Amino acid sequence: MISKRTSLYESHRRAGADFTDFGGWEMPVSFDSIREEHRAVREGVGLFDVSHMGQLAVDGPDAETLLHRLIPSDVRGLEPGEAQYSCFLRSDGVMLDDIVVYDHPNESEYVVVPNAGHDEELYGRLREYAVRWSLDVSLENRTTETGMIAVQGPDAVERVDDEADEQIDKLEPFALEETSVGEVECLVARTGYTGEGGVEILFPGEDATAIDRLFDDVQRCGLGARDTLRLEAGLLLSGQDFDPEDEPHDPFEADIGFAVDLDSGDFVGRSALEQTQKEGIDERIVGLRLEERAIARHEHQISSGGAPAGQVTSGTMSPTLGVPIALGYVDAEFASSGTDLSISIRDRSVDATVVDTPFLESCGE
Amino acid sequence: MTNETPDDLQYTDSHEWIDDHGDVRRIGITDFAQDELGDVVFVELPEEGESLESGTACAVVESIKAVSDIYTPISGAVTAANDNVLDQPELLNTDPYGEGWLFEIDGEVPDDALDVDEYREQIE
Repeated sequence: MISKRTSLYESHRRAGADFTDFGGWEMPVSFDSIREEHRAVREGVGLFDVSHMGQLAVDGPDAETLLHRLIPSDVRGLEPGEAQYSCFLRSDGVMLDDIVVYDHPNESEYVVVPNAGHDEELYGRLREYAVRWSLDVSLENRTTETGMIAVQGPDAVERVDDEADEQIDKLEPFALEETSVGEVECLVARTGYTGEGGVEILFPGEDATAIDRLFDDVQRCGLGARDTLRLEAGLLLSGQDFDPEDEPHDPFEADIGFAVDLDSGDFVGRSALEQTQKEGIDERIVGLRLEERAIARHEHQISSGGAPAGQVTSGTMSPTLGVPIALGYVDAEFASSGTDLSISIRDRSVDATVVDTPFLESCGE
Repeated sequence: MTNETPDDLQYTDSHEWIDDHGDVRRIGITDFAQDELGDVVFVELPEEGESLESGTACAVVESIKAVSDIYTPISGAVTAANDNVLDQPELLNTDPYGEGWLFEIDGEVPDDALDVDEYREQIE
């Protein structure tokens, strides 16, 4: 299968990117060095192409009702110009994907942004339930024609502000507005997935070159840096830290219970989550700090006193902290901060300690 | 992108280099290998005195992206391991033929080691 390319692909190629397939898209892994790109975002500003993420527009009289009944957070609390982190659930409570829902500042529509490669499945899901519940909505999958960049880092907001008509620095986190950036009409949102401040800019794919030129001086960053940044921030990676097939977990197990509002009425997966809340979770994702140099990888086994305790889902050497960190699911009895565990890495056992996330706070100086 | 491949070294199919100018042979990974791996964040080395058999995995180089086994091209006893790369794995990226060497071994260079032209041909 040939991977899809974003509207910024040629620009990435000219900038010397190494590419990989990610969710059916040919995306840059790195441009120079993952370490350098990572540092740019922690200390200054970096630019990611996130056009491969889905763009699903939900409009019509019943748009709010459809989303309200499909996601566990209360979308009714959103005002135009606000965004919310949430997820789609299977009826058994298992997370299908995590999403951000943008309530358009000036239009009646919502824009749902799922992870790369999930747009068609979730678009189908929205359509299927709209029909099943006889709701009056119009749906549009704009993934291929919409461009999206994430400009992230302590200097990111100021840098985008230089190019935008509206004052971006007045935007609260998880707020968005419509403004022109350069000559291009865009949606600019104070969102991102790096643990830094910054914005995500949605624009028509045909205007990618114009947008790209405005940020010529900003460090290009690839999926490698995005992965180390999001892990340091303790943020989940869809398909790796949760996945309906290989890593089936509900939002409580995945420690995003903040995205669940069981008082908001009925939604798909609600009864399963209520049951879990009543009985307590069997396992939970935790942060792990390795006590010696070694890299924990997906599927490495976690033990307690020689007995199985869980499994790693993500791990890396933290470029900012200089210590190896990981995320993994452990039996609930081992999930408290400070618990001593060990991880089997190839042929040896490496001591690890359960720590709070974000790692940047719990493992910093 | 062109990778540096010094003329005075010998090479292996699996991208190790061999420097046989001293009393013992020094082993590392090539510029091509470090470039493919990306940022190296962890290195595991054989221990001094350990006896190795050629073609077997004896060290591990791990980058942010991937894990790679390093195979000794030479049978013999390890005479030195470069402890500096344990603390500074990035030396493999910045100076793969110098400060980023991996270990030294007392043994004969095998006949199937590649000369620089053969190795360049392989990575082109």
